[in-house]
Amino acid sequence: MEALVASAVGVLTAAGIFLILRRRTFPVILGLSLITYAVNVFLFATGRLALNAPAVLNKYEEVPYTDPLPQALVLTAIVISFGMTAVIVMIALSAYLSSKDDHIDMTAQDCVDAPGEDA
Amino acid sequence: MSLFLIAALPFLGAVFPALLIRAGRNAAASAAGLTTFLALMGLLIHSPAVLRGEVIAARFDWMPGLGLNANFMLDGLGFLFALLILGIGLLIILYARFYLSREDPMGQFYTYLLLFQGAMVGIVLSDNILLLLIFWELTSLSSFLLIGYWKHLPEGRQGARMALAVTGGGGLAMIAGMLILGNIVGSYDLSVILQNKELIQSSPHYMPALILILLGCFTKSAQFPFHFWLPHAMAAPTPVSAYLHSATMVKAGLFLMARMWPVLAGTDAWFYIVATTGLVTMLLGAVIALFKDDLKALLAFSTVSHLGLVTMLLGFGTKFAAVAAMFHIINHATFKAALFMTAGIVDHETGTRDVKRLGGLRHLMPITFTIGTIAALSMAGLPPLNGFLSKEMMLEETVHTTWLNSHCLVPGLAVLAAVFSAAYSFRFVSHVFLGPQRDDYPAKPHDPPVGLWLAPAFLVILVVLIGLYSAAIVGPLVAVVSSAVIGGEKLPYYSLKLWHGFTPALYMSVVATLGGLFLLALHRRGEQIWNALPRPEAKVIFEAIINAFTRLSRLITDELHNGVLSRYAVIFVTFTVGLGYYAYSTGTIGIETRVPLPAQIIPIIGWICLVGATLGIMWFHRNRLLSLVLIGVVGLIVSIAFNYLSAPDLALTQISVEVVTMILLLLSLNFLPTETPWDSAPARRWRDAAISVVAGIGSGALIYAIMMRDFAFPTISDFHLANSYKGGGGTNVVNVILVDFRGFDTFGEIIVLGIAALIIYALTESVLSTNVRGYLLNRKPHWPQSGDAHPLMMVVVTRVMMPIALMVGAYIFFRGHNQPGGGFIAGLIVAIAYLMQYMASGYTWAIERQRFYYHGTIGWGVLIAAATGLGAWFNERPFLTSDFGYINWPPLEEFEWATAMLFDTGVFLAVLGAVMLALDSLSRFAWQPGMAQEFPMDINPLRDDPPEEEEKEQV
Repeated sequence: MEALVASAVGVLTAAGIFLILRRRTFPVILGLSLITYAVNVFLFATGRLALNAPAVLNKYEEVPYTDPLPQALVLTAIVISFGMTAVIVMIALSAYLSSKDDHIDMTAQDCVDAPGEDA
Repeated sequence: MSLFLIAALPFLGAVFPALLIRAGRNAAASAAGLTTFLALMGLLIHSPAVLRGEVIAARFDWMPGLGLNANFMLDGLGFLFALLILGIGLLIILYARFYLSREDPMGQFYTYLLLFQGAMVGIVLSDNILLLLIFWELTSLSSFLLIGYWKHLPEGRQGARMALAVTGGGGLAMIAGMLILGNIVGSYDLSVILQNKELIQSSPHYMPALILILLGCFTKSAQFPFHFWLPHAMAAPTPVSAYLHSATMVKAGLFLMARMWPVLAGTDAWFYIVATTGLVTMLLGAVIALFKDDLKALLAFSTVSHLGLVTMLLGFGTKFAAVAAMFHIINHATFKAALFMTAGIVDHETGTRDVKRLGGLRHLMPITFTIGTIAALSMAGLPPLNGFLSKEMMLEETVHTTWLNSHCLVPGLAVLAAVFSAAYSFRFVSHVFLGPQRDDYPAKPHDPPVGLWLAPAFLVILVVLIGLYSAAIVGPLVAVVSSAVIGGEKLPYYSLKLWHGFTPALYMSVVATLGGLFLLALHRRGEQIWNALPRPEAKVIFEAIINAFTRLSRLITDELHNGVLSRYAVIFVTFTVGLGYYAYSTGTIGIETRVPLPAQIIPIIGWICLVGATLGIMWFHRNRLLSLVLIGVVGLIVSIAFNYLSAPDLALTQISVEVVTMILLLLSLNFLPTETPWDSAPARRWRDAAISVVAGIGSGALIYAIMMRDFAFPTISDFHLANSYKGGGGTNVVNVILVDFRGFDTFGEIIVLGIAALIIYALTESVLSTNVRGYLLNRKPHWPQSGDAHPLMMVVVTRVMMPIALMVGAYIFFRGHNQPGGGFIAGLIVAIAYLMQYMASGYTWAIERQRFYYHGTIGWGVLIAAATGLGAWFNERPFLTSDFGYINWPPLEEFEWATAMLFDTGVFLAVLGAVMLALDSLSRFAWQPGMAQEFPMDINPLRDDPPEEEEKEQV
């Protein structure tokens, strides 16, 4: 089981990084989503794996519980990652609609055209 | 009054002028004046105790772990400086009210002034050097605002920047020096440090500490070679110059040298560094001042010279010199503030402060003439004024000073400086007020209104009175201040009186006065010589240095930060992988202690789906729609895996976030190209693939290693498990952690989420207000549109599901404290219920029927969560402490009521509002005119069927 989770994290990370290294906005967004999965599962797994032991207290009998702390951290991370994805999507979309270009890299020409800083 | 309050009053008061300026300039000035007056009164209440030699202290442990304590103390030295800061501050506030013109934003002025005043008072009352450093940097920052107050003047901006660079830079050096000092002694409390003279002076770190601290003092007090910032700071309005350069800012360096005198002074290093710097500064400032035509520049360089004088006295390291230094600080503050104000009046009433264009004002401005003359003669050191007394003491002390075996070097140079000092003082009087009356003044000169001359007149009266009755008026103060400076030891013999008999100092004074008159007579010749001499221009050198640094940093920035994001990502990933490899190859790893769980068939199937989908995304990522579908598969498997691995809360959250993320990405894909073109060469793709595979192997191996071993340290989770029900009243430990144990984290997170949603809203607003809107209205959809934008089946089903979905949300919310669920998940579920209406019936239709705004929802969520947290304060508990109890209402079962549930309501509202605002903003991109005419499934017999071409793509 551990090997399955670990290899899944590895595959998700690799795919995410590969997509982040692309040069258009949309694959980068997909790559970030994949890395989000990988990171969330990674954090979750630092609490070690357990089956049928949710951290919901049982009043009637002694049962094992899994580690609740990483779960709480990952829960907020999942929600925050939605906020992050939404912001990036909106930036990518606005940039594309404004310039009709979805490259993520600035070119030398962009740097020349950029307004000069306060000298 | 508590010392805390005295130090805090100016900061508290700083709010009022900025607010009250709407009620008029008098209101703003009165508020500033009243605050200062209160603080001054608070200080004076302590005066009997301080004059008895007591030290008043107020202590509060702020960050004891760092040694940073908010400790304040008031001894003679602090009292004198606080008196100068607040007393002259009060006069300046009065003066500035009449000096500033109608166009100047006066509220801002007083706010800056009070901030500065507070920082200064903080410096002189601090009993902790870390606290002192904080205030020290605050003075640099607030003086920057004051000097650059006239933002429209380039000189003002440059002067402010120069002052900040020099004094702020010196402050940084001083931080290092103070930290070394604290390290030597083992405490950052001044009162402890001052007891450890031997320890400090015998330490090998004494020299670096001394040099670094002196760098801070010299830059602040404009000592050579850092004196150049002070004249450039004269671009500030005159009240600022009068305040900063007579009583406060530049005296901070002197204050610190005096404060540290008991432990730092007395060594050869101290004598040669401090006394020599002071001597050079005194002479140089006096010479330059004589040849300045701008009145304020003349006063600026004379200030530099007098600061040098005091520095030199402190550098002598003798007790008598320390007394003289303290006495001169009092005298200089009085006559110099009066002189600055006089210069301001002259500038204000004649329209110029160029000495060459002035003269003959004595009959036109008699009051100003009187004030200016008395103050200037005190500066020249003429009896019976106060400047004479302290200058005599200085000259007396130089006679006893040997510099490198030379007995006459120091007294000789001191007399020379005194000659020039007398000369520029006489010049101030004669070239401005004496001489023939002119008829080409830029404005018709006359005496100012009483508001302007009252403050300098008061100071000049002090100048005369201190001169005549020094022992009675300031004698006790000088005694207590001096004994504070010399560390409480016995005071040397001195007497504050005008006539000491025929002493060497008297002859030196006579020489200085006569020499001054002689120099003034030769001023025209002298000026020709001075102008012919080559002189380094400090501003040019300073700017050359600054520009060199700017070029260097720009070079580095442009190289590193060239806008190619994918390059940053490559560097980041490879560097991280490299670090990981380094840690792996140098560290040790323990043995595996856990037995792996057996892998059953269903998880293996799930794994195959996930890996297959992920590889599919990599392979097919050019087809964007397909890769979205595959990402949905990944998300689903991840949520199922969470559920399988005992994390039901995570599974619920993940699956609901998955739904909204998918909708978001689909919506955005609507406006983006559907295909990603090939634009990297195969070699680059192979390189990227190699990097990502290595990184993937690294992270997978790392988590595998972690999972196969037990915790290295005892986990805090056991505490949470044990106290979740007892302390938090809930059995779902994950939820209790979120809303109770780590509620503050959650509070921060909902704020972040809310901000993210607002950013999205703001971006949408700004993009849609450009020509993008026109493009969106005319764009052709990527794919053929469905003939029926709102399929009947979907509309019916979603409307039926709406109440059910809301009920599920409520259920999930209420059970959250004890069973999987809670505010986060409920918020997402309710958001999905709304989104279904958007999708089925159309954005416009849904918006028209909606009765609440998302911004407000976010705001209420954060406010409710905050209010719940604050509620704990009323029960004298820390922020966000939760309380709970059980309620028994027959025939219902006993149920629990916890304040955490109220907090969770805040979370719920914030999440709902944020998700909806984000998707709502994106939906507005799809808006087309004519949508509002469509009535999905509204049975209205009067309605005409919409014409074919008006059917537009719907959200």
